[in-house]
Amino acid sequence: MSRSAEENIIFDGRIRMPYKWAAGETSSYFLTQLRDHAKLWGTRCSVCQVIFIPPRKNCPRCVTADTTWVELPSRGVLQTFAVIYFSEPLLQPSEPPYIYGIVKLDGADTGLTHFLGEVAPGELRSGMRMEAVFKNKEDRSGLITDLLYFRPEGGSAS
Amino acid sequence: MTDIAIVGMAQTPYRRRRDDANFAELIYGVTCEALDDAGLEIGDIDNFITVSNDFWDGRTISSMAVQDACGSSFDGGRNVSTVEGDGTFGLLYGMMRILSGAYQTTLVVVHCKGSEGNMRLITNGMFDYIYTRPLGIEATGAAALQARRYMDKYKLTEEDFAHVSIKNRGNALRNPNAQLAETLSLDQVMASKPIASPLKLHDISPISDGAAAVVLAHRNVANKLGRKPVWVKGIAHCSEAHFLGDRDLAEAPALRDAAFRAYQMAGIEDPFAEIDLVELYDAYSYMEPLWFEELGFCPKGKGAELIRLGATAFDGPLPVNPSGGVLSAHAVLVAGLARVIEASLQIRGEAGERQVEGPVELALAHGINGPCGQSHCVVILGE
Ligand SMILES: [Zn+2]
Repeated sequence: MSRSAEENIIFDGRIRMPYKWAAGETSSYFLTQLRDHAKLWGTRCSVCQVIFIPPRKNCPRCVTADTTWVELPSRGVLQTFAVIYFSEPLLQPSEPPYIYGIVKLDGADTGLTHFLGEVAPGELRSGMRMEAVFKNKEDRSGLITDLLYFRPEGGSAS
Repeated sequence: MTDIAIVGMAQTPYRRRRDDANFAELIYGVTCEALDDAGLEIGDIDNFITVSNDFWDGRTISSMAVQDACGSSFDGGRNVSTVEGDGTFGLLYGMMRILSGAYQTTLVVVHCKGSEGNMRLITNGMFDYIYTRPLGIEATGAAALQARRYMDKYKLTEEDFAHVSIKNRGNALRNPNAQLAETLSLDQVMASKPIASPLKLHDISPISDGAAAVVLAHRNVANKLGRKPVWVKGIAHCSEAHFLGDRDLAEAPALRDAAFRAYQMAGIEDPFAEIDLVELYDAYSYMEPLWFEELGFCPKGKGAELIRLGATAFDGPLPVNPSGGVLSAHAVLVAGLARVIEASLQIRGEAGERQVEGPVELALAHGINGPCGQSHCVVILGE
């Protein structure tokens, strides 16, 4: 059969699918500590000693569940960063431009991906010392965004 | 290994938007063409692999949307199985099913219409819902983190990456299936709009619609067909950690591992000397040198220099993406199988205007899946 239609019909569609995702026991602990105390916790594998943040119930490398909680400082080193200029209002948490970074907290073996703030893109360098800025206690709700962003340590890049 | 061959192949042209065809219609077209190319009929195919993604198609079990079109319902229904990932993973799965001894032939089909959904929302959906997705990060933001890390670690520049876009978009001028074919200057790339710095518009692959199909056959069948088989001499797949912060994004150990095992299977000791042509998954300009290095063609951090010197140019000693690559057409999922098809056409000597000089006896095709190339599939194809 060859095509006989004179026009192409296009449908507008949208999938609306509410979820109730369980954070699970490990992330629930992390998120309540973040909410209630503005603390960041990782997990240390008792076998390979690697400290992971976000925390895991089991070590992803050796797969043991023999892991322990470690409180991490809310400061560390910037591994990399990206400045977002494109606009996608359906997705973006704020007006671009804004900045993502991966920060390796002191003592952790993995980096945490989050926003960077209180800094101009031109002032950023990989390897910079960064510190976490949290929402005020009354505004924290047990989400990863209770951590607002990382800023250059001391509050200024210069 | 010469147990499994590619005996038929087809791909659609890649275009920004195909209003004239739905998923099934795209698949029907490439199915018929791939069977014709193989000199086989639908009744000769005893196993089917459909590759698709539910988020892009906007339905669950999207693989089943193309069953009628790929012929897997023929004669009361044949075996059909599915892969949600790059088309190269579909190829690997199809091969394994033939190697199980249960099937002689397999049709692998893949489709994606990037134009119909919202690329940014869909790729945001690949991240975990607790730590990463709420930040609004998506494929290009994550890629920018990887590009910056790669630049910092190996002292590379945005200009280094610009040369990849110049080369591949220029190569695409010879490829009628490419979507973005253009002569770019360094200034044009560098002055293109910042999207997710350090990535600019011309560092980024387009949104595309398209489909592709490959017919695989066991050597018992392949050797009886009229056409020269393209043998899968080696193939391997490997995946690394999901969280971006678990990885050093300037390194791709999963690709190193997949390449090592694929080379071992194919008996390759010196990839630069032995492989004649490479088609790799350059969704962003920086990915070409990064993957090229991890494939063992040159030391880490030296890929950009080789590109600048022309070593991977269309007429260079080792052409990389003579088709124009993913930077010139990026139907997600399809793009990896397109690399396999492009490499196979070159081995057959049927790549038309984009056929490289000299014989292509051994070629490498590469596919990725997940953020920043979380998983890789390496395919070695040969005469
Ligand atoms: Zn461990």
